[in-house]
Amino acid sequence: MTGTFPAVELRGLSKRFGACVANAGVSLRVAPGTIQGIIGENGAGKSTAMKMLYGVYRPDAGEILLNGKPCSWSSPADAIAAGIGMVHQHFMLAGPHTALDNILLGAEPTRLGLINRTQVRQQLEQLSHQYGLNVDWDRPVEELPVGIQQRIEILKLLHRNAIILILDEPTAVLTPQETGALFHNLTQLRDQGKTILLITHKLKEVMTFTDRVTVFRAGKVTGEAQTSQTNPQELANLMVGRKVLLNVEVQNAKPLPELAIDVKHLNFTGSRSRHQLLDVSFSVKRGEIVGIAGVEGNGQSELLQAMLHPRDPNCRSSGSVAFLGHDATNWSARKIRQLGVALIPEDRHNEGLLLDRPVSENFALGLHRDPEFNCAGILNSRNIATTATRAIEEYDVRPPELTMPAGKLSGGNQQKLIIAREFHRNPKVVIAAQPTRGVDVGAIEFIHKRIVRARDEGAGILLISAELDEILALSDRILVIFEGKIVAEFLRGNLDETTLGLKMSGS
Amino acid sequence: MPRFLQPILAVIAGLCLGLAVTWIAGENPWHVFKILCMGALGSPYDFGMTLFYATPLVFTGLSVAIAFHAGLFNIGAEGQLTLGALAAAAVGALWPQCPSIFAPLAAGFAAVFAGTLWGAIPGWLRARRGSHEVINTIMLNFVAAGLSSYITLYLLKNSETQNPETRAIGATYMIHQFAFFGGAPVSLALPLAIVAAFCVWFFLAKTTWGFELRAVGQSESAARAAGISADNVRIIALSLAGALAGLVGVAEVLGNAGRFKVGFSPEYGFIGIAVALLGRNHPFGILAAALLFGALHKGATALDLETEHVTRDLSLILQALILLSVCAEGLWSWMAKRDVSASGGTGGASVSASRGISTAREDARPTAKKPK
Repeated sequence: MTGTFPAVELRGLSKRFGACVANAGVSLRVAPGTIQGIIGENGAGKSTAMKMLYGVYRPDAGEILLNGKPCSWSSPADAIAAGIGMVHQHFMLAGPHTALDNILLGAEPTRLGLINRTQVRQQLEQLSHQYGLNVDWDRPVEELPVGIQQRIEILKLLHRNAIILILDEPTAVLTPQETGALFHNLTQLRDQGKTILLITHKLKEVMTFTDRVTVFRAGKVTGEAQTSQTNPQELANLMVGRKVLLNVEVQNAKPLPELAIDVKHLNFTGSRSRHQLLDVSFSVKRGEIVGIAGVEGNGQSELLQAMLHPRDPNCRSSGSVAFLGHDATNWSARKIRQLGVALIPEDRHNEGLLLDRPVSENFALGLHRDPEFNCAGILNSRNIATTATRAIEEYDVRPPELTMPAGKLSGGNQQKLIIAREFHRNPKVVIAAQPTRGVDVGAIEFIHKRIVRARDEGAGILLISAELDEILALSDRILVIFEGKIVAEFLRGNLDETTLGLKMSGS
Repeated sequence: MPRFLQPILAVIAGLCLGLAVTWIAGENPWHVFKILCMGALGSPYDFGMTLFYATPLVFTGLSVAIAFHAGLFNIGAEGQLTLGALAAAAVGALWPQCPSIFAPLAAGFAAVFAGTLWGAIPGWLRARRGSHEVINTIMLNFVAAGLSSYITLYLLKNSETQNPETRAIGATYMIHQFAFFGGAPVSLALPLAIVAAFCVWFFLAKTTWGFELRAVGQSESAARAAGISADNVRIIALSLAGALAGLVGVAEVLGNAGRFKVGFSPEYGFIGIAVALLGRNHPFGILAAALLFGALHKGATALDLETEHVTRDLSLILQALILLSVCAEGLWSWMAKRDVSASGGTGGASVSASRGISTAREDARPTAKKPK
């Protein structure tokens, strides 16, 4: 480091929440005009440290220095005024409002008490042109695909002249091409003097796009390195504290002839989304994993909806859906579940869990009608408790407390809880949508192993993921979905990431 | 802080504020407080009247609470109880010679049926049409009022008096009234209310249907993904809510008046909302809250006579202040945060819109360190 002050320095930051120590003496330095990767498992404390930097929390001890000057904030507004901006992993956008309104929210330019939208629009057009971030300004944000929502979040920061940008898992929803474009933009920003902190778990991105890397584990910084002088395996080991299997061993599939899922000529128009499915047909045999690759917003959610809630009166659909040989086209969601279809939903907070309810109740959700837990309409809470305890032990859900509200678990543990629940019945059909999104490396290994084990035990698995590595590693067959149509099919081992990425963007 | 502490503190806060108001009005607050207590609990008759007012509040409180657990707002308890009472009175008036084994049951079923119907209608509208139950239940209150007036005045009118009431029901319909309350009409409806509270608790906490109902109230999308039919749950929830409110008919017609009197209800349906809130939507809390509101109502009736500056409307003021205290969510969560050492629980003042697409949950909630 040269004689100039680091753009950001954290000295001995500590933070506890009740009995939990989130950060214990975190120290790190970020040089100005660099991209610094911040990596660590969920629960390692990296998000907490960044939130202290951003003013969401007050540190219990330690100092934050910007350009050598100690700072303290009482709220993110202070941090924003100091030039720090953060794009969160879970977006903070007001659904019914337009993109334009979301960006100017909190920084409205007023003239005589009226908001001057034209001025903002011009500024934003310029920014979006400069960084290639195209957005439809006038549509309600909740109607836009997740990738576009993220662009809006980034534009929020740029609009407020942030000098230090913190991005929390930004590429969860992007194709390789879009990721490349994002980092092209970030590189441009860096070259113009911005400092960027990248919280991510994607080691490949860290290797390609960052200048330095800081590794968190268990509330402390366990390692720091110049990116050019380290490698993914070393970083993963530092993150987890032990040797991690980055690529799960997958034997060749031995599919059974029985069809787990058979979809024929499915057309679907959702009630609220503008996305459709157009003549989608595919099948999944028992004992194989079929991966559906595609950027979010190309019909994956609609596919799930059409398959699992065929009787929703708000939607128009045609075609047929069959599970395990039974035509389920007119079935209720409950009947489909009873058949033995398990679902790992793409949005675990909204579709997978009751966040304010304890772990035990969440474990019973969806299983509550099974004879194991239900006797003539009365819940067998003792059975639920014993089964749940065993399950969370087997799946290493931490902390292993049945009474803890599910919302307090980390993302990876929440996902493991959902998987523990869904796999409890040894399902013959598994639909896994974005199963490792926002999940830390250790848990990803576990989840992937479990999915492969289910396949080897005879389940037919439909894997929908925007994570190319995951699709490539786990799938025996890969289908690419683009704008509601299946546009390509590949077999394991027959393709590479670039071709896949191209198909995903429609070429 | 434990769950029940907050309502208790809210009651104390509300009472103190209310008594401060009386002091401003020129009365001695301690004097007012004594009148309230004596009025509510001073003699067997007084206590009996307290229980008499409390019983319908238990039913309407449960009615509102069970809907709330499903994420629905039942503002229609007033209409549901009106029609429930009318149905019981109608059965009793039209069929006076029914044998006494069946009579109360028949009238009771009629009351429950009417209430269920009046709850099922907005339930169905919400489930199948998305039409919001707040509006529909309020409107149905008016419809019920009009309907019951018409039926009372033109179809079942008691010809012996000028009062707007139905003919008396047969004597076999009246249910047993307890003698040791000095004449206050405390009937079997009181134990029925307690049993109802227990049943609602059992239903919500221990049965599969209750589980599904609560799941829909917590997160409709998670419930749907788990195969629960949110539509069916909503219809059932509002129907049950209507049924519970309809039981007020048993208390009033079979346990007290022996007929339906237009306007008999001192807003039991709406005070039921307050009872549910104060009781935190928990059946046992509702029992306590209903008792409190019943006591307030009864205790305040003496204020007209015994004080110069305060009338019985003080009970409304006290109810309102207690409610405001319960609902001061910001205050309670601020106090709870101060419990958690030094600083903030989950994410403090982040610059986020009030309703994000997915609220920013604390993803990096670290696990407690356990020695291995």
